[in-house]
Amino acid sequence: MADLLIELFSEEIPARMQARAGADLKRLVTDGLAEAGLRCSGARAFVTPRRLALHVEGLPGKSPLRREERRGPRADAPQKAIEGFLRATGMRRAQLETRATAKGDVLFAVIEHAGRPAGEIVAEVLECTVRNFPWPRSMRWGGGTLKWVRPLHSILCLLSDEAGARVVALDIDGIKAGDSTAGHRFMAPGRFSVTGFQDYATRLKRAFVRLDAAERAEAIRHDATTAAFAQGLELVEDAALLAEVAGLVEWPVVLMGEIESDFLGLPPEVLQTSMREHQKFFSVKDPKSGQIVRFVTVANRETADDGAAILAGNRKVLAARLADARFFWENDLRVARAGMASWLDALAHVTFHNRLGSQKERVARLERLAGELAPATGADAALAREAARVAKADLASEMVYEFPELQGTMGRCYATAAGLRAEVAAACEEHYAPLGPSDAVPRAPVSVAVGLADKIDMLAGFWAIGEKPTGSKDPFALRRAALGVIRLVLDNDLRLPLLEAFRAALNGLDEQAAGKAAAGKRAGETDACKADTGEKPDGKAVPRQDPGDDLLAFFHDRLKVHLRDRGIRHDVIDACLSMPGNDDLSLLVRRARALSDFLETEDGANLLQGFRRANNILEQAEARDGVEYSYGAEEKFLRAPQEKALFRALSQEGGAISSAIDAEDFASAMASLASLRVAIDGFFEAVQVNDENDVIRRNRLNMLSSIRDLCLGVADLRRIEG
Amino acid sequence: MAARPARPRSFQEVILRLQAYWAGQGCAVLQPYDMEVGAGTFHPATTLRALGPRPWAAAFVQPSRRPTDGRYGENPNRLQHYYQYQVILKPSPPDFQALYLGSLQAIGIDMEMHDIRFVEDDWESPTLGAWGLGWEVWCDGMEVSQFTYFQQVGGHDCHPVSGELTYGLERLAMYVLGVDHVMAMPFNDPDAPIPLKYGDVFRQAEEQYSRWNFDVADTAMLLRHFEDAEAECQRILAAPEEDPKTGRRIVMALPAYDQCIKASHLFNLLDARGVISVTERQAYIGRVRALARACAGAWLQSETALSEEPDAGPAPSGPAPSGNRAGDGQGA
Repeated sequence: MADLLIELFSEEIPARMQARAGADLKRLVTDGLAEAGLRCSGARAFVTPRRLALHVEGLPGKSPLRREERRGPRADAPQKAIEGFLRATGMRRAQLETRATAKGDVLFAVIEHAGRPAGEIVAEVLECTVRNFPWPRSMRWGGGTLKWVRPLHSILCLLSDEAGARVVALDIDGIKAGDSTAGHRFMAPGRFSVTGFQDYATRLKRAFVRLDAAERAEAIRHDATTAAFAQGLELVEDAALLAEVAGLVEWPVVLMGEIESDFLGLPPEVLQTSMREHQKFFSVKDPKSGQIVRFVTVANRETADDGAAILAGNRKVLAARLADARFFWENDLRVARAGMASWLDALAHVTFHNRLGSQKERVARLERLAGELAPATGADAALAREAARVAKADLASEMVYEFPELQGTMGRCYATAAGLRAEVAAACEEHYAPLGPSDAVPRAPVSVAVGLADKIDMLAGFWAIGEKPTGSKDPFALRRAALGVIRLVLDNDLRLPLLEAFRAALNGLDEQAAGKAAAGKRAGETDACKADTGEKPDGKAVPRQDPGDDLLAFFHDRLKVHLRDRGIRHDVIDACLSMPGNDDLSLLVRRARALSDFLETEDGANLLQGFRRANNILEQAEARDGVEYSYGAEEKFLRAPQEKALFRALSQEGGAISSAIDAEDFASAMASLASLRVAIDGFFEAVQVNDENDVIRRNRLNMLSSIRDLCLGVADLRRIEG
Repeated sequence: MAARPARPRSFQEVILRLQAYWAGQGCAVLQPYDMEVGAGTFHPATTLRALGPRPWAAAFVQPSRRPTDGRYGENPNRLQHYYQYQVILKPSPPDFQALYLGSLQAIGIDMEMHDIRFVEDDWESPTLGAWGLGWEVWCDGMEVSQFTYFQQVGGHDCHPVSGELTYGLERLAMYVLGVDHVMAMPFNDPDAPIPLKYGDVFRQAEEQYSRWNFDVADTAMLLRHFEDAEAECQRILAAPEEDPKTGRRIVMALPAYDQCIKASHLFNLLDARGVISVTERQAYIGRVRALARACAGAWLQSETALSEEPDAGPAPSGPAPSGNRAGDGQGA
């Protein structure tokens, strides 16, 4: 058994690509080896900024012997044909076997391929891996044509077994595999040879390289947490940043520094974002005040002054960055305190979409729509309008221009500074939520009203101009918006008929377009150029097609996905979708949940069987007779006692069911349905529907239609599968 | 490693040391291009020389103008006119990173005391139709240079690949000299009979150009000049290759490229004046890119023809930028 060590040593590999590259190297090499007959007992990949390494254990010294059988011509074939076969197989006539087959005696060649030495296979597999490595983006360098993520400098490829270690002979575009590597770029830059994986890892550590990214990340986390704790502070956890920073260093050294007190007045989100985005610093907060008071930077080396100069340099860079941030913050605060008017005007110059107008026009629509949706959310309509008016103002602020990820957060800060009510300020931040399936859903009515308006305006608008998501393409994140609406409605148990909401949104769009067309016309009479500079280049009204139904169907699809994750089957939802009020998602889901629960019970399952039986008989009879049975039975034609019992049960429960449905109490409605089960089962056991007497037969069919109607009044049970 | 040189004392000393260092590595030390550009990359010594098979090694200071960055001379770090230092080596040598680190030492950065990092930063110039992969280089958390391996320029593959370095000179010098406000940075030797600060040289210019860039520049004129530059560039390239006067084949890639540079700068001025809307922006960038592409094509045509002539330019194994390095000999 042999061990294999590979190291691909290059210039700095982007941090974000490292983890994936390690996994790819392991997969490509072990798969390639296995395909050639070399199965290993284990493999592990390692990545640092400058190296991609793989350790493969338990590799056979050579691939197994392989037998190949080839069928040749018949034994009595002409000499020419036999000679051809000998040439093709490289065998002599005496080596061929003759076997009796259905077609007579046929010549067979049995060729044995000897196993190939592991080194040969490794060389082939590694070359193929290097030449076809799936980097997200790769490059050429110098005069060569080889591609790698950054210039590739050396290849270490060592096979070692009991007999010792040997370099695998390999040359890729002039880079010859060897047994040496280099240490830390600055702390131990020399090259050295290694004899195997253990030796490699040990020597690298001595040369200030920690090979394992997880170990580097853990060291950073541990040291940073300890440094913060020693001063009574707390490290703000940031897993993504930790992974990135661990990919920027081979020898992590944690340094903690102070943030100048001038900057402590900045909102914590601003400090954190600026430090993370620009400097890749961690934030350290004071658990008592919640303020960010220190930063942690991770250097890639030790120095004689224990990092004092490095820390001083970093602090200076941070001060310059935060000075910028404070400059934006102070400028922004001035605008905010003055009521944000200049931002709201500036939104006129920000295009939302060239066929849906500017952000300013959009804000006007949101204001109106939020006001219209407010009653359904329990929000005060005037407050909802006010919140919608300022919800996008921060998009024009300097801070958000600099840090787009702070949109909303800054909106809240600035609305507060503008002296607006807390509900309004909260809505500025919360109306974007929920962004992902696990993101929290806002509860505050004003936030919910603005959030719904934001998403519904977007969906209705893009539907109106025919920009729907297709396949994997969803450039405007409309699926996310629809899911956002669904979660806002369901989690807050809102009664919001969506078709009305869509119509309201579309009316807003239409009126704006009409207003603009009229303004364009007026301007055209007095000032010919004005119309040309209008926001909408084509100056046309939004096409008039009512996209509401199609949009609702889109919502229903999203709803199915959403509910499927919550254990409600798609056929159960389908059964409820065809019921009235299917644009009221809360109602729809309440019905679906009740039905789902009901079908789980024994009564439910039996009732479903009863319904199907009744429905099948009816459908057959209706097809044959060419009529629809829907009148209900007449008491005077009832004969059998079970028939009479069912009639009584139906007329008793019928009222209960319809009043439960009116009260939207689907669980009670279904419980009442379930109570019919005994009567229905009894009926089917004792009564033959197809009586000789046609009057009786029809009466029975009409009674079955009452069962059908009652059931279909609760949900379309015909859609239930299984 | 070389002995640690003393720290430079002025802005110009930083520049002089870079010049000396890269001259010592075999670069042709060129002078700035005599046109307004947004970045050193626009210098034909970078953009055009990155194309074609012939080896190339140059270093130069390039004044760069970014009208939107004007702050009337008040911001400690932002200027509408500043200097970039460019190094371009074709083909990129195998020890390019080490050569670069040597240049930091040359300007007084002690590698033993500081934390130098190569952080992913891919470079793309939509106006030049160019891109490359590389890093921004951090020294103690501060970006001190851009390091790029050019892959495409003007839509054409670079082969061989050029390595390009860009140093933001003011920022780098401020760091090395320990100065917090650019205007307070010594320009010449602080002990000179007439010591001058950066502000003594440039404060008025920053103030005056900021006003002109933002509020005064005649946008109708700028628009007209943009159109003119575009038309002239296209006209130059459309001219027949054979010069009727000399009878020679003369493809005028360089004069055409000047017009492309002009158009690019005029676009930047228009942008600073705030008269280009978001939607128009892309269209303007596309127009400049089309010019850059056409110029690059013309340049490649003339370069390829040149490199096929027996007596043209430096031999492929010629002036490798570093004398004592194993020659990479991967020229044309």
